[in-house]
Amino acid sequence: MERLSENRRAAIWSIALLFVGLFVWEISISAQAVNTGELTEYEILTGAGTAKAGVPPPSEVAVKAWQELSNPFYDAGPNDKGIGIQIGYSIYRVLTGYFLAAIIAIPLGFLIGMSSVAYKALNPFIQVLRPISPLAWMPLALFIIQDSEASAIFVIFICSIWPMLLNTAFGVAGVREDWVNVARTHELSAIKTAFTVVLPAAAPTIVTGMRISIGIAWLVIVAAEMLVGGTGIGYYVWNEWNNLDLTSVIFSIFMIGIVGMLLDAAFGLLQRRVAYVE
Amino acid sequence: MANSFLSIEKLTQRYPDGKGGEFTVFENASFGIEKGEFVCILGHSGCGKSTIMNILAGLSEPTKGVVKMDGFAISGPSLDRGVVFQNYSLLPWLTALKNVTFGVAARFPNWTKQQVEEHSIAFLEKVGLLGDAIHRKPSQLSGGMRQRVSIARAFANEPKLLLLDEPFGALDALTRGTIQEELLKVWSGTDQTVFMITHDIDEAILLADRILLMTNGPLARVAESVEITIPRPRVRTDIVEHPNYYAIRNHLVQFLGKRSAELAGQASAEGETHSPQTVRIDNTEGAGDAQPILQAVMT
Repeated sequence: MERLSENRRAAIWSIALLFVGLFVWEISISAQAVNTGELTEYEILTGAGTAKAGVPPPSEVAVKAWQELSNPFYDAGPNDKGIGIQIGYSIYRVLTGYFLAAIIAIPLGFLIGMSSVAYKALNPFIQVLRPISPLAWMPLALFIIQDSEASAIFVIFICSIWPMLLNTAFGVAGVREDWVNVARTHELSAIKTAFTVVLPAAAPTIVTGMRISIGIAWLVIVAAEMLVGGTGIGYYVWNEWNNLDLTSVIFSIFMIGIVGMLLDAAFGLLQRRVAYVE
Repeated sequence: MANSFLSIEKLTQRYPDGKGGEFTVFENASFGIEKGEFVCILGHSGCGKSTIMNILAGLSEPTKGVVKMDGFAISGPSLDRGVVFQNYSLLPWLTALKNVTFGVAARFPNWTKQQVEEHSIAFLEKVGLLGDAIHRKPSQLSGGMRQRVSIARAFANEPKLLLLDEPFGALDALTRGTIQEELLKVWSGTDQTVFMITHDIDEAILLADRILLMTNGPLARVAESVEITIPRPRVRTDIVEHPNYYAIRNHLVQFLGKRSAELAGQASAEGETHSPQTVRIDNTEGAGDAQPILQAVMT
């Protein structure tokens, strides 16, 4: 028998694990639901005979997913919007906050990376601001900005700025001196050196920072939307919890994972494009 | 010497020694290089060869002294002085061709894209890079190929002075031999002035018109300037047969083995100029005796 390639064998294992997992989940739920037999009077009085609200089996989640994904963009009022609309809101907030952060973090990171004075001057602020949980800014943001939507965007902005800033600074500071000397001996201007030598040399490190940032931003948006409410995938999860619709909760958890994976994959692609081998 | 194309005048380099004092690498070093000359500088590690190179390139400033090219003092790096670094210094995210066009476009900003590309390809061809290889990234090229690209980049810019900082130091002996010959081929078609650091005596004899010998540091000095009295074009396998070859080689080996240490460490009086002694060794007939002649001429 011909030996299968590594990727194929891995794919077969993945699919097998998926089915085993789903099967175990399905079995354990239905075992839990079965509760027949003689009941004492006390048990009948306390309602033990009625079906308990339990974790739904995967089949129910699959049916729910099919329903939701076959009509993702319906809008039936503030508490009943399609999953596509909710995710759309979340992505819009993440990308807005993220790009605002990139516009500030990358040039500032360049400055810090180029000048050790700028680095030393700004480092104390960065070290104090960086470990603050982004959600801790929420009350202050709500008070100052007076707008829940913009506050959520601000929270994304503040959480995605740090990895990009530090990685850009690190990448720029680590550009090999030889390459900078090549630029110098070719009499390149500072701007030209920055764009033709420093930027491509530091690009892999910068994009790594951008990839970490987008991951954090996607983690944070769910929590932020649970707080600000109204729209978005985070709000959707919380709203379905309040409705005790666990099927929807599980479905939306999966969707959060899938969108996060796609965002990460996009930056993985960008990372491969800017990578180089020394 | 003051009228040389490149004149190095009373160059001194001192560094703080970390104990409050100063450490003098070399002092009042003075020498000249003529237009179109190929000059190699030989010396032990730590004698300041690379420091001189960096000063000539404009990448660092001397403590004292000036370097004049065409009568004007140099300051900072310039496209007039091209550099080939030991570790190639190619930009790894660009292809071989782009690495060359990068330099050519900087040197000739008024050229069209096509002119830049044709000029670059011509120089890559001269060092033996043809066809598909020029579209590869440095990581996909061997060490020898990379250094060829680096040499092509430097020659394509047609600088007034070409500085080579141990360009073949990282290559194996066989590759080194081939590229030395290619370097000679590219150079002989031009009137390019070249200043090169090397550790390799045979390489220096093969390539140079003149070899500058440095004593050991600290307080190193350029002690001798040895003329290579072997006619060009030179081929490695032929020059070893030349009557001057071993005489010159012995002189260099003796200097680096013994005299470089004996002459080292002499502080000089203020304002004294250290110019190298010219040494000419010629055993060929018509040059006089069969014995090696050592002429020391003060310049």
